[in-house]
Amino acid sequence: MTHSGEPFVRVVKRTDIEKGKAILYRVIALLCALTVGGLLVALLGYSPFQMYSDMVSGAIGKSLIAVNKQGVLEFSSSAQATMKIVTLLLVTSLGLTMAFKMKFWNIGGEGQILVGAICCSYIAVHYGDTWPRWLLLVSMFVVACIGGGLYALLPAIFKAKWGTNETLFTLMLNYIAINFITFLQYQPSWQMTGTSFPKIRDFADATRLPEVLGVHMGWIVALALAVLLYLYFSKTKHGYEVTVVGESANTAKYAGMDVPRIILRTMFASGAICGFAGFLQVSGASGTLTTDTGGGAGFTAITVAWLSGMNPLLMIIYACFIAVLQRGSNRIQTTMGIPKSAADMLIGIILFFMLGVEFFINYRLIFRTKQVKREAALQ
Amino acid sequence: MENIAQHPENAVEMRNITKTFGAVVANNAVCLSLRKGEILALLGENGSGKTTLMNMLSGIYLQDSGEILVCDRPVTIRSPKDAYALGIGMIHQHFKLVDVLSAAENIVLGLKGAQTLNRREINRQVAKIAAKYGFELDPAKKVYSMSVSEKQTVEIVKALYRGAEILVLDEPTAVLTPQETTRLFAVLRVMKSHGKSIIIITHKLNEVMEISDRVAILRKGEYIATVNTAETSQQDLTEMMVGRRVKLEIDRPACPHGDRKLHVTDLTCVSREGVTKLSHISFDAFGGEILGVAGVAGSGQKELCETITGLRTITSGSIIYRYTRGEMTIEENIAGMRADRIAQRGVSLAFVPEDRLGMGLVANMDIVDNVILRRYQENAGILINRKKYRPVCEKMVRELDIVTPGLSTPVRRLSGGNVQKVLLGREILSRPQVLICAYPVRGLDIVSSYRIYSLLNAEKEKGNAVIFIGEDLDVLMDLSDRLMVLCGGQISGIVDPRQCTKEEIGLMMTRVGNGKTGESA
Repeated sequence: MTHSGEPFVRVVKRTDIEKGKAILYRVIALLCALTVGGLLVALLGYSPFQMYSDMVSGAIGKSLIAVNKQGVLEFSSSAQATMKIVTLLLVTSLGLTMAFKMKFWNIGGEGQILVGAICCSYIAVHYGDTWPRWLLLVSMFVVACIGGGLYALLPAIFKAKWGTNETLFTLMLNYIAINFITFLQYQPSWQMTGTSFPKIRDFADATRLPEVLGVHMGWIVALALAVLLYLYFSKTKHGYEVTVVGESANTAKYAGMDVPRIILRTMFASGAICGFAGFLQVSGASGTLTTDTGGGAGFTAITVAWLSGMNPLLMIIYACFIAVLQRGSNRIQTTMGIPKSAADMLIGIILFFMLGVEFFINYRLIFRTKQVKREAALQ
Repeated sequence: MENIAQHPENAVEMRNITKTFGAVVANNAVCLSLRKGEILALLGENGSGKTTLMNMLSGIYLQDSGEILVCDRPVTIRSPKDAYALGIGMIHQHFKLVDVLSAAENIVLGLKGAQTLNRREINRQVAKIAAKYGFELDPAKKVYSMSVSEKQTVEIVKALYRGAEILVLDEPTAVLTPQETTRLFAVLRVMKSHGKSIIIITHKLNEVMEISDRVAILRKGEYIATVNTAETSQQDLTEMMVGRRVKLEIDRPACPHGDRKLHVTDLTCVSREGVTKLSHISFDAFGGEILGVAGVAGSGQKELCETITGLRTITSGSIIYRYTRGEMTIEENIAGMRADRIAQRGVSLAFVPEDRLGMGLVANMDIVDNVILRRYQENAGILINRKKYRPVCEKMVRELDIVTPGLSTPVRRLSGGNVQKVLLGREILSRPQVLICAYPVRGLDIVSSYRIYSLLNAEKEKGNAVIFIGEDLDVLMDLSDRLMVLCGGQISGIVDPRQCTKEEIGLMMTRVGNGKTGESA
């Protein structure tokens, strides 16, 4: 007996999915994404194969690590640029995860990066030529973390005390930070000496982080931080408290936890890690401060955090993945003349598939025809 | 509706209905027939698929397979609108009303009509329906100012107004006082005499015996049988419902009267909105007894639990716990102390809250993580040593027969009874001298419920004080040594349930000041 009025397709929640199957689905999604992206590019009259190989070589170069002319082992020049993005994305997404685990939707990562960057730039601008290198680096690191942390504490206080919406609050704080940098660019004491061009001066060499394999050492710290955060969530009391508060503030209160304190503490940590990312940008990657210091990482990191399901170790993989995409799309714009808009579409398509597959991992579709067959089998 | 008149036998017939949710088979080839003009009780334990089956009849879900016949005609019911068109109206357990609208406005909500509302005409029609079946209903009254029973009346009239000939009521008596239940049953009988067909979902056997013509029994999603009420007994029904013989009496072991463990005086609690939730509450709880707390839902039970456990700030009064630690007896007034402070002071109390997965447990965490919830602070340093707790958890799972795939399964995957066992088990693990339980058997099947009763009795026999906030008066009267009745945030009496009738307690639940005290009874 069939139901003529039955809907064509129904969505059913999966209770369980094997790990292998979930990975397979993701691989299939990636292949689909590459196919659709390839079709799009072919439609525009370019060779998809050429494009994908250019993307990869643009992101990691001919070989990832090689001995350079001076006979020193280091990342290829393309990979160096990619690693800088990986570092920024990874640190920022780790910072955001602190908040996300608590279901505190901190989308102010960009602002927190910039405030961290502004704080350590203050030291770099004013004391860069006088203080010893170790003091510069340590003090820049400390003020960046405190600055970013305090900037994130602001919405947390309002949320803990008056229940304000943290999403809007943190979002708006981003723009304040960005425009504050514009303001600084017009301050004579921050500009290059002898010019009135609205640009913050380049910092002294003493303010720059040492390099490892040709990239500032931040990438090693970022990897260590990922492991540290993984342990934090799985082994420590504080990590446990954060998860409980995120799952249910009521339960946390019932368990005798001081919920407002946990919210404030965790948000400070979240902002401090983002602020640290700002320090890495200023002191490591660029050596100056611009409105683009964050590079949109505060937003892209949200994607990284979600793709990895808030797992700090998986974040390493996804941060690399996104960074390769970003760098690759830059490369094909120059080598193949693919317009930026098309390259952006390509990234959009790939992310759409990668996020979209989560739906199929969590839900199952049942079509009408299947239904009839199953009924027949039952009878 | 003419069709029904032409086919006097079956108003509804459901044939081989199957419905699955993921891996869970909620209904497996269930058959059900409702004759015209009868009251059919749909009996089954929680999770037996009663509500799922009825949700398919009322268009909330669509069956995976099987067919539904209304008046001997096969139909597809894809939405509640389709159901109404077929004359089927369902009154859900959780009412679906708009608080700020009046009764009449709720009743016509969503119906097609003229551009403007003719309130007088609607009120007249609503009043007519009310008079016909004997409802007491003021059409102009706003829903937010109504009692639960009045809201239920609105829901029923809403269904009748839409021309329902077949009414489905999902556990209608769960929220009612005995008097309100009697009134509801009277109305149902009038509706039956007017030719309406009624399905009433319930798991209360005495009500089945009182109101129904026939009983259909489900067990674990399977259809068991349909029997004539007159030809069966409560014991037989239980056996069909549970699948084996179950003892239906609740034990009340006699225990030596213990020390006073909790002394509450003049407790008043005003909410942030300025509403008085508790007013001048004074009572004692003693070791070796179960103090039952009865009352209509929302009489201050939640606030009582939360104030005496420090989760809610009080306006005035004192809450003194007395407990022994080693040789010492300590008295501690926890009024004004926060829950974390109370825990630090080592006050020996445990609380099983009403909202198990939203407050008592973390749904997405496993058993170990949930057990450490109340004791993770005892770890020295910054780390939690989860391994240390595994043996305790394993012992708890074994002793309470908790059915779980393993210790690392999230508790949300467990059935309601097992969730409650994890929660109660954890609280008992802390060896409390005062145990406060809010609705500990709500939603649990008979076997699990009796298991919980025996656990509470065991605590009582250890000389601890148990405070049992319940909703089923029969259970409260059988289990408690003393019964405190709340009404509108006040105590309307503390009685000895052995010397009281259910009706007397029912009256106390609705009126303050009429109650007899335990001494004068």
